[in-house]
Amino acid sequence: MICLGIESTAHTFGIGIVSDKGHILANVSSIYVPERGGIHPREAAQHHAAVAKKTLERALAKAKVRINEVNLVSFAAGPGLGPALRTGATAARAISSFFNIPLLAVNHCVSHVEIGRLATGAKDPVTLYVSGGNTQVIAFEAGRYRVFGETLDIPVGNCLDVFAREVGLPSPGGPQVERLARKGKHYIALPYVVKGMDLSFSGLMTEAVRKHRAGGDLYDLCHSLQETAFAALVEVTERAVAHTEKKEVMLTGGVAANKRLREMLRLMAGEHEARFFVPSMGLCQDNGPMIAWTGILAYKHGVRQRLEDTVVNQRWRVDEVNIPWR
Amino acid sequence: MSLMKKGAEANLYLEPFARALHRAGEGKLVVKHRISKRYRTPEIDEQLRESRTALEAKLFSDAKRASVPTPVIYEVDRVGMRLVMEFIEGKQVKLVLDKLSRNARRRLCELIGRQVARLHRAGIVHGDLTTSNMILTREGKVYFVDFGLGEYNPSLEARGVDLHLLKRALQSIHFRVTDEAYRAVLAGYQREFGRGAGEVIKRVEEIEHRGRYVAKEDRTWR
Ligand SMILES: Nc1ncnc2c1ncn2[C@@H]1O[C@H](COP(=O)(O)OP(=O)(O)O)[C@@H](O)[C@H]1O
Ligand SMILES: Nc1ncnc2c1ncn2[C@@H]1O[C@H](COP(=O)(O)OP(=O)(O)O)[C@@H](O)[C@H]1O
Repeated sequence: MICLGIESTAHTFGIGIVSDKGHILANVSSIYVPERGGIHPREAAQHHAAVAKKTLERALAKAKVRINEVNLVSFAAGPGLGPALRTGATAARAISSFFNIPLLAVNHCVSHVEIGRLATGAKDPVTLYVSGGNTQVIAFEAGRYRVFGETLDIPVGNCLDVFAREVGLPSPGGPQVERLARKGKHYIALPYVVKGMDLSFSGLMTEAVRKHRAGGDLYDLCHSLQETAFAALVEVTERAVAHTEKKEVMLTGGVAANKRLREMLRLMAGEHEARFFVPSMGLCQDNGPMIAWTGILAYKHGVRQRLEDTVVNQRWRVDEVNIPWR
Repeated sequence: MSLMKKGAEANLYLEPFARALHRAGEGKLVVKHRISKRYRTPEIDEQLRESRTALEAKLFSDAKRASVPTPVIYEVDRVGMRLVMEFIEGKQVKLVLDKLSRNARRRLCELIGRQVARLHRAGIVHGDLTTSNMILTREGKVYFVDFGLGEYNPSLEARGVDLHLLKRALQSIHFRVTDEAYRAVLAGYQREFGRGAGEVIKRVEEIEHRGRYVAKEDRTWR
């Protein structure tokens, strides 16, 4: 069985082709880069529509698969930006109805965890999922993925990106902040906000920008911003580990590229005698294979949807999704 | 020392009074030692442990003054990052909530809601309202422990977040009884808080709609 999965929740338009043995035959994507400022949902959607056909052709060529060999089409129906989601949904529906292939709508966040499990061999991890659009601690409990912690305001990737933009660093900001942080020597105190299992980054971002305007050293500020934001992320992940007593920790999402964050999580996991996993970056960032693989899992476990059930849902939460395969 | 519990940020030891305080006394006490975390930079580590230890002690006694049962604090050691406190004998609400009869559960949740309201009226938010931080005693009192993330904050937002955290704990741990439990918490909260409770509850709903994917759309305009 071969599934073609379409990801288009935010910046990335991605197509993945995956077999039911878990072989990733193609992982092709095209990323929308805003000319200035943050993401513009409608522009992102236009980008995705413009590259859809090309991306599909590249994916099929890469996988050496003809479209009539595809047995299932899946797409990310949320959470994400409405216009971007609808572009992916339209593409998926078109392929499905034109070639008469079954269609499944899958959850973006669940897919991040599932592809991570496939890629790393982790069985039942506490997952820290951190990107420009999401910041969540997710773990499987009583039949569902549940959110054990999340941001109360902006996602951590967004915090790094906006800080970088405000201090004049190129986009995306995360890698820039990481690069400069290596040269930071002194820790400058910044607001550290953990509320129970939840996090908040907007005060941290504002204060870091303010300290820069007041003449604070940029290297030290990048270092301090990372140390503060990541310590909070790791603390909340640690709380979930202590609470669930799980023995695996997984990091995913675009911010997973960060070496310091990896190191901190690895240390924390070690203290709890838990193993630590990070998928390859191609599968941490938004990607098509994660959507395809989750489609396969759902389909093989009896999930079927009629066309009218495959609507997009901008705020689709992980704990609303049935997980018959676990 | 006998390790009673390894919490997320502290080790808790159960010790004879005399050993914990180096003076004569009966019974057992709890020593809460905030341990150093290697994953975070030493500046953050020290600052967090010290400020949380000191603040927690103060919040415990102010909560008690607001008629919310909390352990008596015997010693605050800001250098050793230790709190010495009364041992509360009872069961974690986390372990009993699902097993109670519907009526008993409703009464317990109402009491919890009332106590949260008392804290809020005293200008305190607990910061980590989960059912593992509530101890039900044989006499039916509910002790609140672990004020390590608490603060003095009378704002609507802080109160909303506090209640939201409790709701989240009910959702992730007590998913079978979430709705009825939360409804009872709110009923107790409203009764005790009086005027203004509605505003707090409305804020909880607002908070639920943020931090999801809404933030992503907001960032368009930054
Ligand atoms: N080395 C890094 N350190 C920190 N953040 C990073 C790093 N590399 C990428 N990021 C961040 O990851 C985010 C992109 O995440 P991604 O999962 O690709 O998609 P999206 O933001 O669309 O959800 C951006 O916020 C970016 O700054
Ligand atoms: N004084 C006490 N008496 C009895 N049990 C306690 C007492 N203090 C804490 N506990 C129990 O130990 C657990 C962990 O303590 P806590 O202060 O929450 O540490 P942490 O912040 O590390 O989780 C609590 O959830 C509670 O059930």
